[in-house]
Amino acid sequence: MGRGTPQLRNKGGRGRRTFVTNARGPPGFQPARPLTRRKVDTSVKFMKFTEEHEQFRKAVRQVVDNDINPYVDDWEEAGIFPAKQVFSKLAEIGALGLEYDPAYGGQGADHSFTLVLGEELGRIDCAGVPMAIAVQAGMATPSLANFGTHELKKQYLEPAMRGELVAAIGVSEPDAGSDVAGIRTKAVRDGDDWVITGRKMWITNGTQADWICLLVRTSDEGGYAGMSQIVVPTATPGFSVGRKIEKMGNRSSDTAELVFDEVRVPVSNTIGEVGRGFQQQMAQFQDERLIGAYMAVASMRKALDKTKDYLQQRNAFGKPLLANQYLQYELAELYAEVDVLEAFCRTCAEAYNNGQDVTRMATVAKLKAGRVQRQVADKCVQFHGGMGYAEEMWPARYFRDSRLTSIGGGADEVMLRVIALLEGMGRK
Amino acid sequence: MKIVVCVKQVPDTWSEKKLDPATKTLDRASVDGVMNELDEYAVEEALKIAEATSGEVVVLSMGPEQSTETIRKALSMGADAGIHILDDGLAGSDAVATSLAIAKVIEGRGADLVIFGSESTDARMSVVPAMVAERLGLPQLTFANKVEAPGDGTVKAHRLTDYGYDVVEASTPAVISVVEKINEPRYPSFKGIMAAKKKPVETISLADAGIESASVGLGAAWSEVAEFADAPARAAGTIVTDEGDGGTKIADYLSEQKFI
Ligand SMILES: Cc1cc2nc3c(=O)[nH]c(=O)nc-3n(C[C@H](O)[C@H](O)[C@H](O)COP(=O)(O)OP(=O)(O)OC[C@H]3O[C@@H](n4cnc5c(N)ncnc54)[C@H](O)[C@@H]3O)c2cc1C
Repeated sequence: MGRGTPQLRNKGGRGRRTFVTNARGPPGFQPARPLTRRKVDTSVKFMKFTEEHEQFRKAVRQVVDNDINPYVDDWEEAGIFPAKQVFSKLAEIGALGLEYDPAYGGQGADHSFTLVLGEELGRIDCAGVPMAIAVQAGMATPSLANFGTHELKKQYLEPAMRGELVAAIGVSEPDAGSDVAGIRTKAVRDGDDWVITGRKMWITNGTQADWICLLVRTSDEGGYAGMSQIVVPTATPGFSVGRKIEKMGNRSSDTAELVFDEVRVPVSNTIGEVGRGFQQQMAQFQDERLIGAYMAVASMRKALDKTKDYLQQRNAFGKPLLANQYLQYELAELYAEVDVLEAFCRTCAEAYNNGQDVTRMATVAKLKAGRVQRQVADKCVQFHGGMGYAEEMWPARYFRDSRLTSIGGGADEVMLRVIALLEGMGRK
Repeated sequence: MKIVVCVKQVPDTWSEKKLDPATKTLDRASVDGVMNELDEYAVEEALKIAEATSGEVVVLSMGPEQSTETIRKALSMGADAGIHILDDGLAGSDAVATSLAIAKVIEGRGADLVIFGSESTDARMSVVPAMVAERLGLPQLTFANKVEAPGDGTVKAHRLTDYGYDVVEASTPAVISVVEKINEPRYPSFKGIMAAKKKPVETISLADAGIESASVGLGAAWSEVAEFADAPARAAGTIVTDEGDGGTKIADYLSEQKFI
């Protein structure tokens, strides 16, 4: 959240549990030795992690292990996951709305718990589900929590934090992604209503959302001026899902193109100030980049661990593959990258917690997470050989899913642009 | 109604466990400790009964320092207070000694219901609940997959048997042990975790509980681990290639092994 802009933040079933080894494999594929759970490494302690953080970490891990990971294969296959079911499980442990006001379904926690949440969601066996969770918890809802009216928060934020309503964030359009100033979806005032017309593209949770935090033009000023954020319930006449988009990865997450044809919502659905939409959205993007980076780091460590285990089990030339120093060093190099990135993310989380402006840090974290993840995914595929290329094992999915980190939530080049601007290079 | 739930910290069920060659007991340092899975059901059952009867849940654990994590977990699920029986002299206690210490502490404090999980995933003896009941002179309703305790001085349970279940009934105070699937244990929530921080946990030593150190610990154990060895590696299986006679080959194999 941009600390440069005014903030109102922080004022305030399982059945029989199935344990999965995470060793996806072809039928009949048996790891030489069952993958056992290793002791949680607590050697590197973030200074803010207390026993409560560890307990919360375990609670999230339980939900991931029992209520999410066993179903991921099915959801990937289906091209959608049951958002309400998953969100309400997470709501039970207070994982949604961690930093929001308890009066509106929040938990009143500080940002260090969001860090823990992100790190644990990164252990989900796909990227689609954690992305959708992040949208609900930290991409579609921060503006409403920070700038929304009491009524709006009661009606839309609180039930979303209970997992009863699914939220989506509508910024990108068919003709405007990286350049948010290019959006054309328009809301025209008619008495006490906005009448909205336009299209949104790439909207996560798009086919199952109950409401959208929609960025629209509310005046003809153009550029970064004259935009507003409006809560649009998807049950409103004139709203429709144009199509569900088939994607290379993140298949368990439904991504849609949305159509708004004279959709009428009350002006009181405006989040914050009319005309401040762009600024509010920029702040919201920062939350998105942070949690995205936290999740990516955790997913990379898990991918490296699993690859190490695989190389230990697989023999070639009379010894385990892992006995090759070349492979050891390649993995070591990537572990080093992940260590550095993890430390950077945790420092970033701490700065955020202290109320510092983390625009630059969040941008760097997002950029590097995307870049390193591409290297990690590539090596994971490579070192699994044919099994890395086969859909029946996890690396192929990881490879496909990972590619998004450098595109979604602002492409690498857009991150570079922000850093260049902050360094005094180039022009806005 | 005052309910005491006994919980044990055990090595993560899914981790690789090792015995310490020096003491021939479990090497607890090399694995993560977790709350014994069946005890989660016990905690949940206690919380449900307490919620319905405006009762109070006290969680009791005997174990080394790290067991506080398991007590905290029960508190973050919603238990009201904790008791930790902690003493170096307890290390290596067998079921007999464990039941002695637990019974002694409960005896001093009283309870309307004492609830256990039906076994721990590390020792798997399933005898502590019965031993505690015996020592306290209380009725025992073990292996329950349904419990009704309306707070009127009675308790009724469905006790699992090989062929179905028995309906058993007793007056309180009573000792219960529950099996899995009796309920869906809740997860600790963020708010529960933060609230647990402020809940009282009392630490009790052998001396505090009035237990003689000679009657517990490794020295007093009735059983002894004489020797142990790693489980043998699984031998490679036999692969039968079907050349049109697969069925016959399998039948031959099964009859050779005297299965058919
Ligand atoms: C799976 C998925 C989920 C998404 N979920 C959402 C969502 O829920 N809500 C939402 O609003 N959006 C969402 N998006 C959209 C996402 O944020 C955009 O795709 C992203 O911002 C890039 O915009 P674009 O696709 O229009 O690419 P473009 O803007 O067309 O850019 C194309 C490429 O050009 C390059 N580029 C762009 N600008 C510059 C520059 N200034 N200098 C140099 N190179 C540049 C980059 O390489 C960039 O990748 C999602 C996208 C995907 C794929």
